[in-house]
Amino acid sequence: MIRGQHLLGMRGVPADTIYGILDTARGFKEVSRRTIKKVPSLRGRTVLNVFYEASTRTRVSFELAGKRLSADGVNISASGGSTSTSKGESLLDMAQTLDAMQADAVIIRHGQSGAPHYLADRIGARVINAGDGQHEHPTQALLDLMTIREQFEKLEGLEVALIGDIRHSRVARSNLIAMKTLGMKVRVAGPATLVPKELCDVYGCERCDTVEQAMEGAHVVMSLRLQRERMVSGMLPSLREYAVEYGINSKLLEKTRHEAILMHPGPVNRGVELAADIVDGSRSVILNQVENGVAVRCAVLYSILGGEQP
Amino acid sequence: MKENAMSQEMLNAEGIARALDELTDAIHSATTKAPVAIVGIRRGGEHLARRLVSLIKEKYGQELPLGFVDIALYRDDGFGPSDFPKVGVTDIPFRPKEHTIVLVDDVLYTGRTVRSALGAILDYGRPCSVKLAVMVDRGLRELPIQADWVGLTLETTLTDHVDVHLTEGGAEADAVVMTTGGNGEES
Repeated sequence: MIRGQHLLGMRGVPADTIYGILDTARGFKEVSRRTIKKVPSLRGRTVLNVFYEASTRTRVSFELAGKRLSADGVNISASGGSTSTSKGESLLDMAQTLDAMQADAVIIRHGQSGAPHYLADRIGARVINAGDGQHEHPTQALLDLMTIREQFEKLEGLEVALIGDIRHSRVARSNLIAMKTLGMKVRVAGPATLVPKELCDVYGCERCDTVEQAMEGAHVVMSLRLQRERMVSGMLPSLREYAVEYGINSKLLEKTRHEAILMHPGPVNRGVELAADIVDGSRSVILNQVENGVAVRCAVLYSILGGEQP
Repeated sequence: MKENAMSQEMLNAEGIARALDELTDAIHSATTKAPVAIVGIRRGGEHLARRLVSLIKEKYGQELPLGFVDIALYRDDGFGPSDFPKVGVTDIPFRPKEHTIVLVDDVLYTGRTVRSALGAILDYGRPCSVKLAVMVDRGLRELPIQADWVGLTLETTLTDHVDVHLTEGGAEADAVVMTTGGNGEES
């Protein structure tokens, strides 16, 4: 990904581009820690945040990233029925309207897989995927990789345990693609209904029968949120049973390497995916992920929109 | 660089050492309203800034605060369409407000790098004043910016290329090298 391109997913993004974004993000993390958290790089550029699904951290993170780069940002939340979508306007109509407003970039979260690709083919602005259906969430994968890199520096060869609802997770999908590109080894575990066998053939990961097996010797444990809103009934017997069988607790964490880190894209269902004590424990880097999210999104915006004025 | 480009050493290691010694004296004797701090412009001025701080401590026993500024996010020319932007980390571990800052860079050319560095520093606070020390002033300014202290002044044309090689940056020996007949692009 270089200037003038879209970021629609991690598929096809080469390793040197991923490392380039992560290196750039380091500089932006320093900007976020300044008293005056603002640089002039995207002054005069217009960035639209269009969120068709409820989101707090991703939306705020993109919004802050745009502000830190001095871009003019407009936020459109289409999930509350407060926009033209509630009047029957299609995604394309809305996109063309936004395009006519001379947007330089459109950041889109949409419940339909492929919606950002659809837009990218039809509008002049650069499109950044902020999560589409069960497809991809590339900036989440990048911020996860940044967080892992802060602990281990060399990503190649690291062992990752990915636990939970992988079927419905766009976070998992983007991570699986990017981690494979970087030569990381991913083991997955979760209920059979949520970790289909064919998924491992497609993404080149190893499927484990138990969470314990997946976590054995892992450098990174990545727990995923149960996407209950995307499940049809019958995929889980009960939350209680899920917590007992697949929830991660401090005893399970002992199976990992002593320097292992615990990640979660948030928001955490405490006591379900993760025991409450380890969410706030010393291995948890969940808040680091949130902080790195702003830096990575700054780096993505800067890489795509920065540079010489056209 | 073109094939017929010619490189000439304008300063050798000894010359750079002498120039740094003079810069050290000048910075030390500068009359300022506030304590002096050194800020190197990444990446060319980084090693020079470290050396100056070390020389001032050695010669005068004065320990000056040292910081570094990365100008990538303040440039007015952006980066090329096929380049990946390189954003480094700015590190100013003191309050600019309470200091006179001596900005240090290797080559002063158009003045745009210094303008960017001033923008970055001002985002950290308003220094009492800012001075500029460079190893080489090669002229051809595009902005009204002048150095307070210069190690070597060179007359150049737009197609010349001036490099300050330092051992910390991987060079075998310190040297200022000017290449004529090239494409004139500075690193």
